[in-house]
Amino acid sequence: MHKTACIIVAAKFVGYLVRLEIPDRPVPLTKEQVQHIAILARLQLEDDEFEDVVSKLSKIVDFVDQLQAAPTENVVPMAHPLNMSLRLRADDITEADNRDRYQENAPSVESGYYLVPRVIE
Amino acid sequence: MTASKASDALHLQTLTELARGLAGGEFSSRELTESLLERIDAHQKSLNAFITLTADEALAEADLADKNRATGAGGPLQGLPIVHKDLFCTAGVRTTCGSKILQDFVSPYDATVVARLKSAGAIMLGKTNMDEFAMGSSNETSFFGAVTNPWDQKMSPGGSSGGSAAAVAARLVPAATGTDTGGSIRQPAALTGTVGLKPTYGRVSRFGMVAFASSLDQAGVITRSAEDAALLLNAVAGVDPRDSTSADQPIPDYTATLSDSVKGLRIGVVRQHFDEGLDDECGKTVKTALATLEDAGASLVDVDLPNIGLSVPTYYVVAPAECSSNLSRFDGVRFGHRADNVKDILDLYCRSRGEGFGAEVKRRIMTGTYVLSAGYYDAYYLKAQKVRQLISRDFNQAFENVDVIAGPTAPTTAFRLGEKTDDPITMYLNDIYTIGANLAGLPGISVPCGLVKKMPVGLQLVGPAFAEASLLSCAHQYQQITDWHRQAPEAFR
Repeated sequence: MHKTACIIVAAKFVGYLVRLEIPDRPVPLTKEQVQHIAILARLQLEDDEFEDVVSKLSKIVDFVDQLQAAPTENVVPMAHPLNMSLRLRADDITEADNRDRYQENAPSVESGYYLVPRVIE
Repeated sequence: MTASKASDALHLQTLTELARGLAGGEFSSRELTESLLERIDAHQKSLNAFITLTADEALAEADLADKNRATGAGGPLQGLPIVHKDLFCTAGVRTTCGSKILQDFVSPYDATVVARLKSAGAIMLGKTNMDEFAMGSSNETSFFGAVTNPWDQKMSPGGSSGGSAAAVAARLVPAATGTDTGGSIRQPAALTGTVGLKPTYGRVSRFGMVAFASSLDQAGVITRSAEDAALLLNAVAGVDPRDSTSADQPIPDYTATLSDSVKGLRIGVVRQHFDEGLDDECGKTVKTALATLEDAGASLVDVDLPNIGLSVPTYYVVAPAECSSNLSRFDGVRFGHRADNVKDILDLYCRSRGEGFGAEVKRRIMTGTYVLSAGYYDAYYLKAQKVRQLISRDFNQAFENVDVIAGPTAPTTAFRLGEKTDDPITMYLNDIYTIGANLAGLPGISVPCGLVKKMPVGLQLVGPAFAEASLLSCAHQYQQITDWHRQAPEAFR
């Protein structure tokens, strides 16, 4: 298992122990875990947002944890809401080249390319 | 309470009545459009139902509609006004999705729903306010501020299609589009005394709808009568080559079966839907509505949905997971907000998104990221998709014995603005009766069925996949014997 995941699992286990002692308190996610999730999600959180995010995410995770008790042996996970399969279509070109029009919404473009800070030194 | 009639002022008439008036030459599309634009202008400040108004374009289209009518050209909705939830892309008119990150986004194309209504002749008056990215049940997560409920402006209109619902309830427009991922059409319809139809997953194309949770999202309409919902569904339903999940199924004329009697209709009543959590007065009101349908010849049958109690937690794994994936497209590169003075590409992504998204959207993205992350996928996402299968199976078994399932749309009437913003779970539980239909892909409709302390209550009907016709005829028959849908909030008559 990934090292970070191990830490998260361990932290969560501790969380459960804490919950056993204080029954009304939801499983707390740590600030470090939330920071890690935020980086995975490519979200910068400001310092004054943090406490609120940690406490509300903990409540949400605690709430969805009730799923663990549901008996789901031999149940096929749902992949489509009506268990239908998707249609295939002919591999034809159907769209015109609208690059310039689409790029009107871009924050920064040049010669048809999207500009971002340098990614390769 | 006075019920309105076709001879009433234009703003009190339903879409169907307005269509008749236009066809009979009682008034022109320009007169109708002007009178509604005036009403919108007078009430926008207090209701905040709109993010963008398109008055000039609407008047030009109204003139064209009047010209077409004179020559006998045009579609079935010729010259009729409509507004779109600001989640549907509209070519040349900005589409914000209630978010700062898209506040200046102008789509280069129309959503299929928008294009189909336009080609049927409908005129767009504007784009309605909504919870940011449709994530909310109170319209309070909108970057553009909350919408107020026309029945009591201290109250929320529900969400996420709160602007659409408030505009229809306040008689600013006869009809609006909406989208429903966990109840976002039906719950605000219930809280504002309007009709909200969420069709079967795939019945209506999702092309051009800003995606939230792709396996749950469905476009629908908010109107004042079931008859109007049928008229609009006729225009928007059907397979679309641009949406591979749109269903290639036959489409009936939904207006043709409205007069079907409810005699012999088997209505399932879910025991779990009347358990604790439901407000007593709301429960009584819904039971009275069920008794009305029984008196009209329907039979009530008890049904059991053993896993329905797990629908909210299931939803809050599946929907955030899909949201975290869908919203990764907002990266500050191709469209949307970009942060200033970024130091590298990671900083560009993180700060553009951090600045552009509001608190609830960030929470959902992070919940989704967490349940999909290494070590948690099986425990949360896979588990939720299995429970989802169980919930769907429960519905299918129930529909072996009943034609529709009926119950409350929401656990209470409208709640105060600000009342539930501190606790996400309390907010999420607003959708306890609506989420099941999204998880199972089924059609649902909410119709007004009474008032509790002067605030509207909704009756929800859910049907088997692609059975919109029976939901609409049952709702229409109910509206032939009751006039709750004709009652307007006192300040907006």
